[in-house]
Amino acid sequence: MKKNGVKMIKINSKNVDVYYGKKQALFNINLDIEENQVTALIGPSGCGKSTFLRCLNRMNDVIDICRVKGQIIINDFDINDKSCDVVRLREKIGMVFQKPNPFPKTIYENISYGPTIHGMAQSKNEMDEIVETSLKKAALWEEVKDRLHEPGTGLSGGQQQRLCIARAISVKPEVILMDEPCSALDPIATAQIEELIDELKKDHTIIIVTHSMAQAARVSQNTGFFHLGELIEHGSTDKIFKNPENKKTQDYITGRFG
Amino acid sequence: MNKNKEQLLNKRYKAEKRFRLYGQSAIFMALLFLTIFIFKIFSTGYSAFQKTWLIVPVTFDAELMMLEQNPSKEDLKDADYYDIALKSMADLDPNANEDQENELKRMVSYFFEREIKRELLNDPSLIGKTKDVYLTASDDLDQVFKGNYPRDLPEDQRRVTDYQLKIFDQLVELGKVESKFNLSFFTYPDSREAELAGIASSFMGSIFSILVCLMIAFPVAVLAAIYLEEFAPKNRFTDFIEVNINNLAAVPSIVFGLLGLGILLAVFQLPRSTPLVGGITLSLMTLPTIIIACRASLKAVPPSIREAALAMGASKMQTTMHHTVPLSMPGTLSGTIIGLAQALGETAPLILIGMVAFVNTIPGSPLDPAASLPVQIYIWAESAERGFVEKVSACIMVLLGFLIIMNLFAQIIRHKFEKKWS
Repeated sequence: MKKNGVKMIKINSKNVDVYYGKKQALFNINLDIEENQVTALIGPSGCGKSTFLRCLNRMNDVIDICRVKGQIIINDFDINDKSCDVVRLREKIGMVFQKPNPFPKTIYENISYGPTIHGMAQSKNEMDEIVETSLKKAALWEEVKDRLHEPGTGLSGGQQQRLCIARAISVKPEVILMDEPCSALDPIATAQIEELIDELKKDHTIIIVTHSMAQAARVSQNTGFFHLGELIEHGSTDKIFKNPENKKTQDYITGRFG
Repeated sequence: MNKNKEQLLNKRYKAEKRFRLYGQSAIFMALLFLTIFIFKIFSTGYSAFQKTWLIVPVTFDAELMMLEQNPSKEDLKDADYYDIALKSMADLDPNANEDQENELKRMVSYFFEREIKRELLNDPSLIGKTKDVYLTASDDLDQVFKGNYPRDLPEDQRRVTDYQLKIFDQLVELGKVESKFNLSFFTYPDSREAELAGIASSFMGSIFSILVCLMIAFPVAVLAAIYLEEFAPKNRFTDFIEVNINNLAAVPSIVFGLLGLGILLAVFQLPRSTPLVGGITLSLMTLPTIIIACRASLKAVPPSIREAALAMGASKMQTTMHHTVPLSMPGTLSGTIIGLAQALGETAPLILIGMVAFVNTIPGSPLDPAASLPVQIYIWAESAERGFVEKVSACIMVLLGFLIIMNLFAQIIRHKFEKKWS
């Protein structure tokens, strides 16, 4: 999105290095993410695109041996700084995982969990409203409105993934990270999610890791290409797919390796 | 070439068939042993649930009982029942000499006086009248009636004399011997007399021990497991702790008994022979079992659930308490019950801390001296009287029943509350 013709940068990463123990997984990543746009991260397996995604909400903290260096600036604030509160950060930056992972609780509880722990609803009515808007935004409301109190794990794969998206947006995050959200889904469910992503970018900045180049081309405005832990090329999706500067990028998107 | 392949295929099928056969015979063997074991216990033990009574006419002679006219309830309680009790037994054979009267007295339990007293207290109008009273037969006659006693032994090798047998046979012919359900086996504490021995004391002792054990072991073990699994950093020190917990699970139970003896009794001066000390000792034993079960079920919670909660902005503590721990509870609980079932069957440490003492009172709290079911089995199995043989098996049946119910409960919890995730 452009304001007065200037690109609004939501996330600004500077010289990000990631190590798993002694092994370096990411080398000097400098990538800007535009606000209210979909940014796709592509690259062959093991290239570090998921690792980078997980840097953005500090999910790498969970892994004992993982170390992150460099700056990732969101809203003028370096999230790798010691003063950064991870709980606050993750409230602002939601995440959707590769495999749908609803809590083994009811659909309602799945959505209400985030708002509950962050104290976003004062009354039952307010909570009902949050659940309803979240499900509507995730285009799931019509399918589940009569069985909100049935287990979320009873839904189909595509519905579960949309439930996870609804759960992520229930706390009104500014950014949504998606780690190959469609890799476990069939083409119809994938199409639904892609449509949803397009809808969600009005209110959220979206970063999606995907293995499908077609998907990256369909849903994203910007694309970054990772290879062996390095960001080889990034720019508008149009340019990356039609007129890449780097030979490796061209080889990858034309299917010569990967 | 083709023929070769055919042969190879046949060989593989045969190998599989053989393997199935081995497996089936192994299961058959296991079932056979189990059946023999259970059959042996049941065939010896079932008769302990029956008790033999002699029906003896008792004359409630006020004079012999040293009672005044119109006695009050207190008077009845204080009255002397021994003489009428002796007299009613002696009256079974009017021609008996003094020795034979003594033998007659020994045909019933030493509770006979109390049984006669109870009869009168229930119905004070019996004074001056004669009534047939049920008296507990001595354990030897009990065994005679049940057909477990070798009557054809020479008299000097028997505890039952020919004279007693003669009178007993007369009573049987008159229909004055009856077998009824042995309620006292469940309501009486232990006794040196087999016919009066019951499991009430050891049963309560076991229950109290298990409760103490549960109350100590469960919270400690669950907290330790949660901390180790979810919060503790993975380093050499925690590895060392983990190895030691596994070692602790393999320590022979008698060592824990010595620990209880050396620390709880000697240093802390806790009361000896009590379920409190027994329970604490057992909890040391159960601790590693529960920790291991709890950690295993925490590990079984898929990491995706933790990630989902963390990514929603839940703190580590919230993630653990809201998601991981509830999901691990079925496994933890069934592990706990299995650990408790083990503790319930434990004998050696309890013997060391003195729960092997002869206790003829029923404990009302964990601070009263008590035995426990497995120790009771041990005590009775050591006793020489024939009457205790069936008691041992009966006690084993009760203990096994207890254990089966607990394990069943563990299974039910596991099946009912285990959640499935996609």
